[in-house]
Amino acid sequence: MAIKDLPDTECVLPGSAACPGCPATMGLRIVFKALGKNTIMVVPACCTAVIESLHPHTSFDIPVMNIAFEAAAAGASGVEAALRQQGKEDTTVVAWAGDGGTYDIGIQALSGALERQTNFIYICYNNQIYSNTGIQRSGATPYGAWTTTTVGGKTEFRKEMGEIIQAHHIPYSAQTCVSYPEDLYNKLKKAKGIKGPKYIEIMAPCPPGWRFPMEKTVEMGTMAVETGAWALYEVENDKMTFNGKSKLILEKKIERKPIEEWIKYQGRFRHLFKPEKDVKRLKAIEEHTDQMWDRYRRCYL
Amino acid sequence: MKKYNVVTTISYPKKGAMGKTGSWRIFKPILDKAKCVKCLRCWIYCPEATIIRNKDDTVSIDYEYCKGCGICANVCKVKAITMEREVKKK
Ligand SMILES: Cc1ncc(C[n+]2csc(CCOP(=O)(O)OP(=O)(O)O)c2C)c(N)n1
Ligand code: SF4
Ligand code: SF4
Ligand code: SF4
Ligand SMILES: [Mg+2]
Repeated sequence: MAIKDLPDTECVLPGSAACPGCPATMGLRIVFKALGKNTIMVVPACCTAVIESLHPHTSFDIPVMNIAFEAAAAGASGVEAALRQQGKEDTTVVAWAGDGGTYDIGIQALSGALERQTNFIYICYNNQIYSNTGIQRSGATPYGAWTTTTVGGKTEFRKEMGEIIQAHHIPYSAQTCVSYPEDLYNKLKKAKGIKGPKYIEIMAPCPPGWRFPMEKTVEMGTMAVETGAWALYEVENDKMTFNGKSKLILEKKIERKPIEEWIKYQGRFRHLFKPEKDVKRLKAIEEHTDQMWDRYRRCYL
Repeated sequence: MKKYNVVTTISYPKKGAMGKTGSWRIFKPILDKAKCVKCLRCWIYCPEATIIRNKDDTVSIDYEYCKGCGICANVCKVKAITMEREVKKK
């Protein structure tokens, strides 16, 4: 699948409320290209609910249901049940939530929907913060990152949501990133063709939240993968496959770049470099990343 | 467009739901068609869907809504798009 082969379908209409350089609309465009217009999307409180723009207009050219912050997966379960009752089973039901709505407040509803084998795709766009409310920490925020609630840098490491999902043993889950549109497209397409619960998480570098210039969204995603801070993989019926550069890192065919190469361009990590280099915390970040990859190799190679 | 008569708040799709967002720009992407190799990277990465993909895979820019983020210029490997300071019409 090359860029040229991706369809023309557009469901994100120009003139939305998204910040310039937004990874959410970048990702959504590809999601809709893969799923097509016969899709219903459930969106909890998050940036995307704002990106829809102001009543009586919306920037999304498909049916969307807005729901409370904690309830994306529960709402999608209801939509799926209603469609099933009406015999409209060819419509794809998607929950699209942020990392706050997924890792933290929505995890209970999500776990329940996965356990009930709800036939839907849950997508988490992970910008590693509560962006919509002004950059607070979430369970997805990496160690050392500044947010308005972690002013000296976060003191805990992020959750491994992918591994929590895998404990549900659902038919399909995957990690991808807005910088790899073909990877994102293929994973969504595959998920659409599988019955039962599917979970896809999209790394989504956010310019105002991470404090990098708005033209750098794509590079920030590429660097997240090349430094091994984020892995591209998919899990089909408990069989895990790594993709692209992440596969090469896993198999030790290439070395991951130092995380420093990624975070030094992000203002949220500036205190680790200025006034002087915080060698201790930078080392902790690299060691934690190595441990993650060692665990991936032990469990999934 | 079909309107629904139900007791809840419904919004309907509209291009420019937040107005003409082209006015947000400080820098403007300028395309040099002669340099373009039709790779479509700008089209796939534009967060606004304001790079228009033409039938022959050439591209055009929708200045009415382009927010001037500069991603298209940045992902273009042959530098066919450059960012120039916007001249504001009074
Ligand atoms: C129960 C509840 N608590 C808090 C809020 C306020 N709130 C709205 S969106 C949001 C953060 C969303 O973060 P995330 O899910 O990561 O999405 P993002 O804004 O980053 O896109 C918060 C705290 C709310 N709407 N409901
Ligand atoms: S804060 Fe980040 S995720 Fe939210 S609209 Fe702006 S760029 Fe997009
Ligand atoms: S500057 Fe940004 S919004 Fe404008 S066309 Fe380029 S990528 Fe799209
Ligand atoms: S990225 Fe550059 S070369 Fe590719 S289609 Fe756009 S303008 Fe043309
Ligand atoms: Mg978030």
